[in-house]
Amino acid sequence: MASYSTNEFKSGLKIMMDNYPCTIVENEFVKPGKGQAFNRVKIRNLKTGRVVEKTFKSGESVEAADVVETDLQYLYTDGEFWNFMDPESFEQIAADEKAVGETIKWLKEQDICTVTLWNGEPISVTPPNFVVLQITETDPGVRGDTASGGGKPATLETGAVVRVPLFIETSEIIKVDTRSGEYVGRAKDE
Amino acid sequence: MYVPNEPTKISRIEISKARAKLYSDIRCFFLAREILEVETPIFSHFANTDPSICSLQTDISLSANKQELLYAHTSPEIQMKRLLVEEFGSIFQICKVFRLNEDGRLHNPEFTMLEWYRQDYSYYQLMDELTELLVILNLCSECQTISYASLFEDVLEVDIFNSSTETLIRCAEDNKLDVRGLSDDFNSWCDLLMSHLIEPNLGHSNPVFVVDYPPSQSALSKITSIEPKVAQRFELYIRGVEMANGYQELTTQSDYERCFKNENKIRQERHLPQMPYNVEFLQSMTKDLNEYAGVAVGLDRLLMHLLRVNNIQDVLLFPVGSA
Repeated sequence: MASYSTNEFKSGLKIMMDNYPCTIVENEFVKPGKGQAFNRVKIRNLKTGRVVEKTFKSGESVEAADVVETDLQYLYTDGEFWNFMDPESFEQIAADEKAVGETIKWLKEQDICTVTLWNGEPISVTPPNFVVLQITETDPGVRGDTASGGGKPATLETGAVVRVPLFIETSEIIKVDTRSGEYVGRAKDE
Repeated sequence: MYVPNEPTKISRIEISKARAKLYSDIRCFFLAREILEVETPIFSHFANTDPSICSLQTDISLSANKQELLYAHTSPEIQMKRLLVEEFGSIFQICKVFRLNEDGRLHNPEFTMLEWYRQDYSYYQLMDELTELLVILNLCSECQTISYASLFEDVLEVDIFNSSTETLIRCAEDNKLDVRGLSDDFNSWCDLLMSHLIEPNLGHSNPVFVVDYPPSQSALSKITSIEPKVAQRFELYIRGVEMANGYQELTTQSDYERCFKNENKIRQERHLPQMPYNVEFLQSMTKDLNEYAGVAVGLDRLLMHLLRVNNIQDVLLFPVGSA
């Protein structure tokens, strides 16, 4: 089994911790001039997303996690599984609801998502930073209002609800930042 | 939450100027006190036995036709003490030192150390002199002093001189530290609590001297003979960062030999390589050393503090990754 020494620790390294695949978010080397050296790390559990702090005695080894991040195209869902495809090999992978998690509300057919595979199985799906979606429902716009202040909720074709300016109407197509869940602007033809 | 300072971009020339001024100010300080600057070799046939320090080792041949195992010094301590044996009196040195596997926000495997020894000084007098240097460098107007035991009592409510390793492990758990791979070695748990829970809060208003360590952490410092026994040792902290480490120096050959052998024994227990301690130094000690206090100061970290940056890489022109 592959393993990493604390000397190899850096952010982004995938390790096994308490039987879960994790990624190192932050690694700080701590050492008194005279005395024991430590690696103080923040690690994110790739299944739950939870970030915890651990301290390793420097020089210790930890098991490597067989974790790969791949860019896959979202195809469709049958309600139980969400199917993705490798755009180069055309290989298809099905992720369950647990793996897709909160990302469900941003998934639009043909968008390229980052799918994290652990031992070949999908454990999480990250949507593109920006998605372009159509508004399926929002209250009618108020004439004369500008972009300043206020706003109203709008439901998007994927089910996500975002706050949009008052002048935005149903069936318009908008761009949303999936990291913050915020409206960016009207989608322009690019 | 830790909020870094507003990133002020300092040019590489400004960094170099600040370093040059720092060295020049330090040399003026010692010149005024008639303390001699010395230069001892970086490479030696002998190495540091400290089990927590890893020496850079090389088998290059410095002299023709002779392959030798040489070590880069991790501190100029023992070579400078050979000069103390020769009765050089008070001396100082500014030099690069090397420690393997030390790389991080506060560590670079090669770094610059200021080391000085004061004849007939107590470690308290040396702390006063270090304070004078800090004042001249505009780092502070005064320093505070607190004992190692008081710190553990005040911050963690632990009576460190009468605690078992189990007490320290429980203290770490109570403070939500999740620690992996640490043996039940008492000093390692002291280091854990010190570095994780105490150090970060030290020296934010004025620099702080931590004094009088547990005898098990004496290294090459004297231990008092009256109870409770303490190691006559100090460390200086500024803004949560260790800056200096000083001792009331051991004076007898037998004390040094015992320390070196004991450190090699600990190395053996930890499956670390044995280090050839400096027998030339020991053999030269035909009589006891005079009374000395000595201190080592990390100059890159001092420069970090002067320039208000939080990463040692920001004061190095070419950190190890890009050197």
